[in-house]
Amino acid sequence: MSVGWEPVIGIEVHVELATQSKMFCGCAVSFGEAPNTNVCPTCLALPGALPVTNGKAIEWIIKIGLALHCEISEWSVFHRKNYFYADLPKNYQISQYDVPVCHDGWLDIDVDGETARIGIERAHQEEDTGKSLHMGEGGRIHAATETLLDFNRAGVPLVEVVSKPDIRSAAQARAYAQTLRQVIAELGVSDARLEEGSIRFDANISVRQGPDAEFGTKVEIKNMNSFRSLEKAVDFEIKRQIAELEAEGTIIQETRHWDEEAAVTTSMRTKEGSSDYRYFTEPDLVPLVVTPEWREHILSTLPELPHQRKDRYLALGVDTQTALALSSADTALRSLFEDTVGAGADAKAAANWITGEVVAWMRRESVDTIDVDSASVAEMIGMIDANELSASAAKEVLDGILRGEGTARAVAESRDLIQMTDTGAIESAVDSVLADNPDAVERYRAGEQKVVGFLVGQVMRATQGKADPKAVNGLLREKLS
Amino acid sequence: MDRSTLLPMPIDIDIAHVARLARLDLPEDELDTLRSQLSAILEHAAKVQSLDTEGVEPSNHPLGFVNAFREDVVTGSLDRDEVLAMAPEARDGYFAAPPAMSQE
Repeated sequence: MSVGWEPVIGIEVHVELATQSKMFCGCAVSFGEAPNTNVCPTCLALPGALPVTNGKAIEWIIKIGLALHCEISEWSVFHRKNYFYADLPKNYQISQYDVPVCHDGWLDIDVDGETARIGIERAHQEEDTGKSLHMGEGGRIHAATETLLDFNRAGVPLVEVVSKPDIRSAAQARAYAQTLRQVIAELGVSDARLEEGSIRFDANISVRQGPDAEFGTKVEIKNMNSFRSLEKAVDFEIKRQIAELEAEGTIIQETRHWDEEAAVTTSMRTKEGSSDYRYFTEPDLVPLVVTPEWREHILSTLPELPHQRKDRYLALGVDTQTALALSSADTALRSLFEDTVGAGADAKAAANWITGEVVAWMRRESVDTIDVDSASVAEMIGMIDANELSASAAKEVLDGILRGEGTARAVAESRDLIQMTDTGAIESAVDSVLADNPDAVERYRAGEQKVVGFLVGQVMRATQGKADPKAVNGLLREKLS
Repeated sequence: MDRSTLLPMPIDIDIAHVARLARLDLPEDELDTLRSQLSAILEHAAKVQSLDTEGVEPSNHPLGFVNAFREDVVTGSLDRDEVLAMAPEARDGYFAAPPAMSQE
């Protein structure tokens, strides 16, 4: 990037809520079912059908808002957002406009060890559209000869979370999206699966000359299906805008489509102005009122969130990077950590072993889940502390524990891994190695210090690797001096 | 608040734009009539807006109640054959529509 340009990025996230039924009717919320099997007069917009608000969805958007430190509006209303598109049966989407349920919150993200606080502008409740299938050459929208429509998704509760334009890099954009997904997943209000579209990201990007300049013209980019493609698309768009401006061109306010294969953004259409949606209050729905009691009740049901967990792990003495990785790791690993610490293990050591060797073992063995006795892991860590296991022997023990071969001690014994703690036995091994290697002893005394490494190796061999190398080293130097 | 800006006055409307947003194909020779009729409606609304509403409780809904919620329960859907029988065209369980880009 040229010196002086600063990217300004805001991200809109659409979250499909995993309620049983749709936002305004009693059709099932489903994924992957046969097309048009979960539809009714309301979500198909048949004449005379009326919407009735799903109370669970409102409870859940409040939950999302509280998790994002938002203010919760005591009073809010639904609006109609009017536009024509084949996937929108009513020709308007029920959404919220000037008074959303949640506003003015924040989310902390970590990039390269630095924390940035990203403001949340608002989170509002709306409904999803149907799904379009563009038929014809290559399935490409511009070459389509026909559009096929499935309304199973039409009317599924959708929460749109809009960040403030506080994001300053593609890496931050990715971290924001990932962190927000973790929070949503933790709340249990959505499947939060990118590949199924239950969480979707759009980014608004502009560039300006330095942090004090006015905002530039913003471009919205869509169709990023993974965190990686979000980062790549934002990065591409920042570079495209800078190149355009440096060639003295202009940026037009538009929506651009991320083409994953070509790794470029391409223009979709000129963005309709906000007034063209002709928002007006939805006359078929009454206002939403969130009493302080309701808000408090929902607040009391919030689970521990990843950032709170990270802080708790830090307080237990876990390193920052490990705490970050572990706080957002899957439930099985986290419970293993909690239970291992509960069984008396040192938190820092437990976190390092679990995020390090346990994860590496799972990857090596290609398993997704583990069922492991946390007491054994705690016992293993205790044995390392007591010098009964060397680091490499502990890896072997862990392998045995993960394979279900028994407790740490049972594995260590059956695999013959327990380190010698009997100083007398180590000392006699050292003595016999010194007696067998007079040349090496001579060379050491003549000043060739590094020969001690060879001698340590000989003692380790003589003890089948079970002596503590550090103790052996100390003992050797003592006897040689 | 200065209410003079809200007093009734002729309102200029881009009738072609309004028609485009509503997907209406208006005959050329009716545009002027429709424009002046729509202007009259907006002027009437402006007249209402010019009223002094100081101290009047805002009303958002005539019924005056809030939070009409349903339980999150699945109550069932329509039979697909019945649904698709209402569509001008259907294919493989889907509604079939003209290509999306031509609808813009």
